[in-house]
Amino acid sequence: MSASRILWFAASILVGLCLVAIWQLAADARLVSPVFLPGPDKAWAALERGIASGELLDKLLGTVGRMVWGWLLASLLGIGVGALIGISPAARAWLGPTLEFLRPLPASAIVPVAIAFLGLSEGMVLAVIGFGALWPMLLATVHGFAAVEPRLYEVSRALGLSRWEVIGKIALPNALPDIFAGLRLGLTVALILAVVGEMLASREGLGLWILLSARAFRAPDLFAGVILLGLVGFASALLLSAVERRALRWRLPPG
Amino acid sequence: MSGWRGLVVPLGVLAAAEVAALAAGLQSDSLARPSEIAAAAGVALVDGTILRATVQTLAAAGAGLAIGTSLGLALGILLGLFRTAGRLAEFSIEAFRPIPSVALIPIVLLIFGFGYRMEIAIVAFATFWPILILTQTAIAGIEPRLLEVSRALGFGLGRRVAKIVLPAALPRLFVAFRLAVGIALIVAVTVEITGNTLGLGYALMDAQQSLRPALMFALLLWVGLVGWGLNALLLWAQARLFGPAAMVEARP
Repeated sequence: MSASRILWFAASILVGLCLVAIWQLAADARLVSPVFLPGPDKAWAALERGIASGELLDKLLGTVGRMVWGWLLASLLGIGVGALIGISPAARAWLGPTLEFLRPLPASAIVPVAIAFLGLSEGMVLAVIGFGALWPMLLATVHGFAAVEPRLYEVSRALGLSRWEVIGKIALPNALPDIFAGLRLGLTVALILAVVGEMLASREGLGLWILLSARAFRAPDLFAGVILLGLVGFASALLLSAVERRALRWRLPPG
Repeated sequence: MSGWRGLVVPLGVLAAAEVAALAAGLQSDSLARPSEIAAAAGVALVDGTILRATVQTLAAAGAGLAIGTSLGLALGILLGLFRTAGRLAEFSIEAFRPIPSVALIPIVLLIFGFGYRMEIAIVAFATFWPILILTQTAIAGIEPRLLEVSRALGFGLGRRVAKIVLPAALPRLFVAFRLAVGIALIVAVTVEITGNTLGLGYALMDAQQSLRPALMFALLLWVGLVGWGLNALLLWAQARLFGPAAMVEARP
């Protein structure tokens, strides 16, 4: 990062701090009822208290664990099945329209179906997260495989590569940018569905924590939970883009 | 053309499910035969329950989308035109954006209670961020000479936006809008499923809780159809308005 870029970023952090200060002033002046909007000092205190007592940390781990497991499940399944469909033009022709129909289906719409089969259980939440995060990855993988330069397939045929070799050596590396886009979208979906699932099925986690805090009118606790959820989203996106930069380094021009 | 092949798999699955359910003499609180689902869909379509729920969902999603899009567009244009402001806002935007919109349901519920207002507020929040960011990048991608021309002509901010910025960024703004429509529908249904007593999401939950699997699956298919139809409509409009050159995907 160049010096001017760091300077700009520092300035933008300063602006962010100013916004927090305005929030503090607004809360102190009681512009909004403290039932809805506690000051950042109160939210911060609630955050510290929750983390010190370990309670919020437990909820955080619950939510993150659910999100990561569901997302991993969906990633493996999505990339695997997507690769099998994407590598074969026939499979694309037979299955493509069905997949395209399912793509815009709001993932949360299958929550009732999952409840009907699995009840209000941990498995239900995981199934919903997995199902919801599956589609972005599956479709991105199929798309990435379909968009591989056809000549590369011709070369692989000329070299007599087997289907698995074609997938591993040619199609998968070429589809990686698409797959990473799918992974990123899937991660967002997984976090949202983890929160929804916890709220509906009363599983221990940040989603349930903010719901219960709101019912008990404990607004500082609620804001502490929301801040933590924002951090989870931020950190996971950051981590993924770091992995992506490493994995796609070979695509960048040298230097 | 090989369009017929796409229909074989879903029709085959439906037929197989029908035969299997008949052979097994299915009696279930969570499963239904495809023919029962079709019948339930027919009944719900004729008596208007599906249509009423659809109108409720689309109204809430549409109102939230309108608010989120106009605010996001306005701020995005400002931050895109005035680079200094854009750079200064970077951290605050990156800090706010990852908050999952559903996490706000309890707060907004405290403020508005159940109903349209709460759903609209959450849809507006969810659509605001992608529109803001995609608008900002769309404006940043405008040919700089166009902006110089507008300055040379002595345009004020209003005319600069109306005559130069919006037309130049329109194809990419439309892609952002298409993305936001999808998000709006998803968030609206999610809010309804999480407890708001409105629309398709609530109807789905209600069908499940009253143990009417046929109606539940009929609604699920309908939700899929609505999402697919909206997306197809917007794709068609995009191709009509901007031609095939503009058929790019948005990456928030």
